[in-house]
Amino acid sequence: MIRTEGLSKVFKGDKKNAEIRAVERLDLEIKQGEVFGFLGPNGAGKTTTVRMLCSLIAPTTGRAWVNNYEVGQQNREIRASVGILTEQPGLYDRLSAEKNLTIYARLYGVADVPGQVEKYLRMLGLWERRKDPAGSFSKGMKQKLAIARAILHEPATLFLDEPTAGLDPEASKLVRDFIDELKTEGRTIFLCTHNLDEADRLCNRIGVFKQRLIQVDSPSRMKTAMFGRQVEFKIKPADLQLADLIKRFTFIKSAQIGENRLLLGLDNPEESNPLIVKALVEAGVDVQFVSEVRHSLEDVYLSLINHGNTR
Amino acid sequence: MERIRTLIDKEWAEAFKNKLVLGTVVALPLIFMLMPLFQLAVMRDVPASKMDSIPAGITALCQLQSFTPAECMQGFLVNEFLLLFLLIPLAVPVTIASYSIVGEKSTHSLEPLLATPTSTAEIIIGKGLASVIPAIGATWLAFVIFLIGARFFVVSDRVYALFMNPMWAVAMIIVAPLMTVLSVNVAIIISSRVNDPRAAEQIGMFVMLPILLLFLGSIFGLFSLTTTTMLLFSAATLVVDIGLAILGVQLFQRETILTRWK
Repeated sequence: MIRTEGLSKVFKGDKKNAEIRAVERLDLEIKQGEVFGFLGPNGAGKTTTVRMLCSLIAPTTGRAWVNNYEVGQQNREIRASVGILTEQPGLYDRLSAEKNLTIYARLYGVADVPGQVEKYLRMLGLWERRKDPAGSFSKGMKQKLAIARAILHEPATLFLDEPTAGLDPEASKLVRDFIDELKTEGRTIFLCTHNLDEADRLCNRIGVFKQRLIQVDSPSRMKTAMFGRQVEFKIKPADLQLADLIKRFTFIKSAQIGENRLLLGLDNPEESNPLIVKALVEAGVDVQFVSEVRHSLEDVYLSLINHGNTR
Repeated sequence: MERIRTLIDKEWAEAFKNKLVLGTVVALPLIFMLMPLFQLAVMRDVPASKMDSIPAGITALCQLQSFTPAECMQGFLVNEFLLLFLLIPLAVPVTIASYSIVGEKSTHSLEPLLATPTSTAEIIIGKGLASVIPAIGATWLAFVIFLIGARFFVVSDRVYALFMNPMWAVAMIIVAPLMTVLSVNVAIIISSRVNDPRAAEQIGMFVMLPILLLFLGSIFGLFSLTTTTMLLFSAATLVVDIGLAILGVQLFQRETILTRWK
């Protein structure tokens, strides 16, 4: 569980640097077991927010609670109950994978250190390479080891900062599958990412953020709210006025007519589509394909970042 | 305590896999131990004519105790060289701490460490002890080996007694540990501004300057080394240690490390 009330962070300026308002009045509530995507451009304040929520840096104003512990008041408890995957894996390159995890298991006070280390090394496919120095690992393996380190102490909340950045598609998929698996365990996951497809696939809700929260909702609702639902009918043109036919259906919210294409805005395509198809067929039009237009989260994101207002 | 032990274990596992660090920890004590032993060996047969090259203050002391030229050379000159043993507790921690802190900074491994429930005090103590323990161990071991070796090279028991006096007990038991603390604090302060462990180590070596000045002052007879001198030096080091520790703790706060360290 994560809750923030007017959380802000201002980095004071000095002779060389101007004051930076990194996070402004962030109000957020993330439920237990939710995967929350935190999206925003570079320098938006995502990492600063994660650092505040992990009790690494203090908020300038506002309050925050993580796993029912208050930031600034119960920092040690917060750090013990969260796991963090930082932007850089930050492993001890000279030490073996096993030693890396053993050190962190001991620092987190894990009861069965060898057991937990083995569990996660096996789960992430690193068991066979456990004695090898972390520095000899590929980027993907390092990332997997860093994820294992973040989750070793079974935290209730996990902060993942760009977990698939710089990974090849195979390694990215492996990491995504692992996050998917973590979802089923009821952990709260706070995912900072630039990979919008990843956020779309993994997150229950996303927050678009640029110093302040612009919008929060589920990816599908965000897309619907912004673009509505649209259905594309691929048709073989017939000798009739399609516009007249469309006017008969009051539930059609918008229509674009092309040579072989009819793009209709509908509130409830599940009910409307059969009626439209029937009418088209009766009018002598051959309906070749009917498909819902899928707007990408990228469209939503770019629109919000470029023109969005604070929610 | 478990977290401090874990940090020490981690620091040693990492540091001693680094040949440069291992080299410093082993080579420096070895050099500073062999140097005075070698001098003892070559000064066994010193002719009276060589006494002219000894500073007047030391010659006077030798005459006062009716030392032979060999006793004088061995007893007093080598005694001054023993000050170099105090460079070990300065150089070794600077090297280990520089690689430990700046190394973690450059590999970005400090943030995950700071995100654990380990307190700032535990991190400083863990990293500090990981640097201090090998330094004190190496200093004491080198000094004990010197004392054993010196037994074979001294020309008389009177000379040997000079190495076993209370002044060296104070130097080893009080000054050496204080020096290691000084060195670790300096390494932490330098680490907050430097991104290359080698640069941090090189800058950190300036910490040896006070000992070198003490050594030169003593060699040139500006003052003589006595138990009182050592106690005064200990007191001065303690004051500097406290000041640097306060500054070091301020610099080693989580927020400062993550947002201010360059």
